[in-house]
Amino acid sequence: MQDLQLLDAIERFLRGEMSPEEMASFEQLRKSNPEVDEKVVEHTMFLHQIDQFSEWKSFKGTLHDVHNQLLESGDITEEAPRASVIQLWRKYKRVMAVAASIAGITTLLIASMATYYTQKKTASDLQRLRGEYKSEITKKTNEVINKVQERITKAPENTPVRFGGTGFLIDGKGYIATDEHVVNGASSVVVQNSKGQEFRTRIIYTNKETDLAILKIEDDDFRSVGPLPYGIRKSGTDLGEPLFILGFPREEIVYNEGYMSAKTGYNGDTLSFQLGVSANPGNSGGPVFNKNGEVVGVITARQTQAVGVVFAVSSKNIFRSLEDVKKDTSFQNIRLTLYSSIKNLDRVQQIKKIEEGVFMVKCY
Amino acid sequence: MKTDSTDEKALLKGLAINDRKSVETIYKLYYNMVQTLIINNNGSADDARDIFQETVIVLYEKAKSGSFELTAQLKTYVYSVSRRLWLKKLQQQQKYLPNVAGLDETVPVDEEIESHGQRNSEFQMMEKALLHLGEPCRSLIEAFYLQKRSMTEIAGHFGYTNADNAKNQKYKCLMRLRKLFFAEFKNNDV
Repeated sequence: MQDLQLLDAIERFLRGEMSPEEMASFEQLRKSNPEVDEKVVEHTMFLHQIDQFSEWKSFKGTLHDVHNQLLESGDITEEAPRASVIQLWRKYKRVMAVAASIAGITTLLIASMATYYTQKKTASDLQRLRGEYKSEITKKTNEVINKVQERITKAPENTPVRFGGTGFLIDGKGYIATDEHVVNGASSVVVQNSKGQEFRTRIIYTNKETDLAILKIEDDDFRSVGPLPYGIRKSGTDLGEPLFILGFPREEIVYNEGYMSAKTGYNGDTLSFQLGVSANPGNSGGPVFNKNGEVVGVITARQTQAVGVVFAVSSKNIFRSLEDVKKDTSFQNIRLTLYSSIKNLDRVQQIKKIEEGVFMVKCY
Repeated sequence: MKTDSTDEKALLKGLAINDRKSVETIYKLYYNMVQTLIINNNGSADDARDIFQETVIVLYEKAKSGSFELTAQLKTYVYSVSRRLWLKKLQQQQKYLPNVAGLDETVPVDEEIESHGQRNSEFQMMEKALLHLGEPCRSLIEAFYLQKRSMTEIAGHFGYTNADNAKNQKYKCLMRLRKLFFAEFKNNDV
């Protein structure tokens, strides 16, 4: 432990505890051995550092004590800072005024631009595919209606169907999605499944912006259908993807095939997309499926001057609508199916399964 | 309270030997001034305490070095140092204010602030090294070098059989502390 001895020697040397002979031999050692000398210098510095540190610490302690003591005796008082908001306000009054006016101007500009560029959705060249049941048509299809009426009808007495469309279950417990314009202005809404059974419903949600509405079947005859065979797609669809639709342009469910033809809807509307398919009044509110049997959209309208240009609201808007619906705690239990269980079936089988979930919407 | 230059000199002398009375006097004389400065410039009472204590430490270091010649009133000096320290702190917090409101009369104190910063970081390194040293080394070192207790006293207190044993242990600890301190030193330099 040569180092320890050396350290001891250095400390005794610095404190002057060495005898004269020892001191002399220590000096001799330092002179003859530069390594030792270096160590002495280094350690001296280090000890000095510790000394200073110790003084610094005790001084800090004094300061701390004095502070607390004077605070207690009331010689000094700790001022509370001025309310910083007021201080900030004083300091940045001008900056804030400028910022506020810039913000104001920007808001006005953006608002005016938004109004300027927003297209009127119901332009004359766009036809809503809501079926209008004019009296002549009712006459034409008299036979059918008569037959229907032989079954138990849920329609209000002596009132003809005024208009209608298509809807589809989004939850087996009886929640149906359709278009807002299908049920707009209806005093009562009845849905009819492909077997001809009718159920009374209540409109629980409408949104003019996305053109979506959600109905709830409130009828004792309705039995929950359990999990739906088809899913509802949360992400987008790709251009060219084959699609098929089911709807009630007449008293019978009608199938049609097409493809995704554009990612945006009428006049660049990003809420919807365009598909190439033939659709007719009554198809509105009908589901658009991809080949896996997932709902990718809801049909809303077609362009009048063009053939096979149909628009549908993307299915992700259904999820958004549902967030609003769920704000009402009585609808908390709505669950959307995300995965389709009919993915690998052929089309005929798929339709057989889906059919159950597609309804004709009749408004009175 | 007015002070003339002889009073101020005596005050500094007292400060240099860590005299409690002098510290109290300085506190009473200048604390409120510094606090007003800090509070008016975005600071809190805690900030004011920190800055004031650091200012007094700067004074203490200067007084101890013996080369301190007051070229202005002590009050002006205290104010200048506090102001600089506070500006530095604001800058570190990225809350820089272009001009700190208050008395504008200041004396140049850059040198003091710089050497104080240097020493401060050295002391912090030492503190850190001590913290990393662990027990019982830390208590041993603190008892001997900081509280300056005698080796026999320490041996009794820490339960060593004799002072020589305690001494050996102390040197071992000291060597470790040195290593830690210089490692910290190198770290900070890079």
